[in-house]
Amino acid sequence: MRKVMIGNHALSYGAKLSRARVIAAYPITPQTDVVELLSEMCANGELDAKFIKVESEHSAMAASVGASATGVRTFTATSSQGLALMHEVLHWAVGARTPVVMGNINRALGPPWSIWTEQNDSLSQRDTGWMQVYAQNNQEVLDSVIQAYKVAEEVQLPAMVVLAAFVLSHTSEAVEIPEQEKVDEFLPAYQPRYKIDPEEPHAFGGLTDPNGYFELRYQIQKAMEGAISRWEEVGEEFGDVFGRKYGLVETYKVSDAKKLIISSATLASTARTAIDDLRKRGEKVGLLRIRVFRPFPSEKVKSVLRSIDRAMVIDRNISFGASGIFYQEVKAACYNEENMPPIFGIITGLGGRDVRKEDIIQMYEDVMKRDKPKSDIIWKGVRV
Amino acid sequence: MIEIRLHGRGGQGTVVAAKILADAVSREGKFVQAFPEYGVERRGAPVKAFLRIADEIIYIKSEIYEPDHLVILEPSLIGAIDLIYGLKEGGWIIINTNKDPEEMEFAGNYRIATVPATKIARKFHLGSEAAPIVNTAILGGVVKVLDLCDLETLKEAVKEGVPLKEEANLKASEEAFNETKGGNNA
Amino acid sequence: MPKATEKQIFFKTVGDMPPLAVSLFTMDYNKTGTWRNVRPVIDYGKCTFCAICWKYCPEPAIKLERVEENNKEKLKPIIDYDYCKGCGICWTECPVGAIHPEEEAE
Repeated sequence: MRKVMIGNHALSYGAKLSRARVIAAYPITPQTDVVELLSEMCANGELDAKFIKVESEHSAMAASVGASATGVRTFTATSSQGLALMHEVLHWAVGARTPVVMGNINRALGPPWSIWTEQNDSLSQRDTGWMQVYAQNNQEVLDSVIQAYKVAEEVQLPAMVVLAAFVLSHTSEAVEIPEQEKVDEFLPAYQPRYKIDPEEPHAFGGLTDPNGYFELRYQIQKAMEGAISRWEEVGEEFGDVFGRKYGLVETYKVSDAKKLIISSATLASTARTAIDDLRKRGEKVGLLRIRVFRPFPSEKVKSVLRSIDRAMVIDRNISFGASGIFYQEVKAACYNEENMPPIFGIITGLGGRDVRKEDIIQMYEDVMKRDKPKSDIIWKGVRV
Repeated sequence: MIEIRLHGRGGQGTVVAAKILADAVSREGKFVQAFPEYGVERRGAPVKAFLRIADEIIYIKSEIYEPDHLVILEPSLIGAIDLIYGLKEGGWIIINTNKDPEEMEFAGNYRIATVPATKIARKFHLGSEAAPIVNTAILGGVVKVLDLCDLETLKEAVKEGVPLKEEANLKASEEAFNETKGGNNA
Repeated sequence: MPKATEKQIFFKTVGDMPPLAVSLFTMDYNKTGTWRNVRPVIDYGKCTFCAICWKYCPEPAIKLERVEENNKEKLKPIIDYDYCKGCGICWTECPVGAIHPEEEAE
């Protein structure tokens, strides 16, 4: 069934089709739509889930971790400040190995208050151990929730499906809603390996001295590494069942490309239209969209960059005192490799400033005539 | 690709109008993208909504600056704010008014169609007397003028998109479709 | 790296351990009875089976066992010396003076 829906509702449908059994949320804007629809579904019996109203995002995540630890599929959603408030418990979700799936709407952090899109909220959670997938359209939002549960439950790590505020969250697009039976087959009921169970009591997360903590951290990293191939395989499998294939990254016209634009989420989607225009002018340029940011698909990135003469990364985020975050990651992945092209880092569109196809073409023209990056940041679209 | 900008006041259903139209057009196999002006919405304040329609997947995710057509849900906005900025030459301006297209004046080379949407909304008791909800009515006119989809398809989308008064909304769309002046098929 | 005692390590490699801290380094392996230098002893001749010691024990290291005495079912307090830290709350709270401390060394 096809339905025109906003990105927020694509998250709700993803959670519903995945048969989330517990939804804990605090209604911060703009995720209000996400849980509003889910609470309606819970109320009218469409979704057999317990909806827990909490008093903060910190509690929302705490309730999610607790629920997930009892062995049920759990969903929540948040944005910007709300995600920041969850920070402590995000670590807990990882350490407790609870495969919670969360929708995060990328919004700029205050002050000053902003409700517009920027990636600093989710990227600030980079080192928590949450898997992160950045969607470029509403269909991908819905599809990614289902895939996220599959991967998360296998590797026992939580996952975040990230979408741009307004550009997806409040934008209506036609979304194919998969059939429930097919989703059930693709994503069977959650079979936890460890759960809180009165029949078999255990202590969870107790004080663990240096004799054990190190190994537990090692296991998180190994699970992340294992998740790299799982995201790829699950994306393939999803394609076989539902006709829409996904991967860690998406490439566009890279086979003969000498120049490369690298970006994520909806910026990458717009960049694709810029590639079409540039190709018409004879530019041998391709696009690399990083879809899964954690675990970071280093091998994929390197394999694309190997045949490239010059690459630029467009970031709608900044690590203050350093540079754009996707830029850092791409550069770090390539550093110990032979024959890697110069990589330029562009920061643009902070606080939701619109980035048009024309802007990306202009960035390309400016950057590609430079020999080497003189600094780690090329600012675009800021009035200086 | 066709790009449309809708102007109205908060509470009139401008954003919902864009979504319903997107739904209708999508039902006939087109690719669509509808969105409100990115920001906060306030009842009574001028609001905008946007719509893209294409035969292929719409990858562009930026705002619309130079729309092909304009839909004005609220005639009192004329003169109050700049409505026609960026509108492409030769584009349609579809206005909610009881007047004839010839009576409307816009500086520039545009085509004008008029839809008595407020009158129709009041007739079918959509919204309140003071604040009639005109979106389903004006969509009848938009569909007729721009020939975006079949009236029946629009009605299916209206049925799905309105929270209440389904029958009245359907009648409003149909009546507006028939009463629109100046359109392609008018 | 310092050598750990057998008690501390119950897994040899990461493969032997769960991926999360489930019953890891918990009281199962940390018998706090070794912290005790004075041990409480219950005089069952005086004990009225009121269970106040059981209620007050913060550890909790006092268990109640169902016993039958003169055809009546009673709940008998039994101290788990694996975990009793010898804090003294039980003999302070016992209303009939049925619990007294004894030096651990003896």
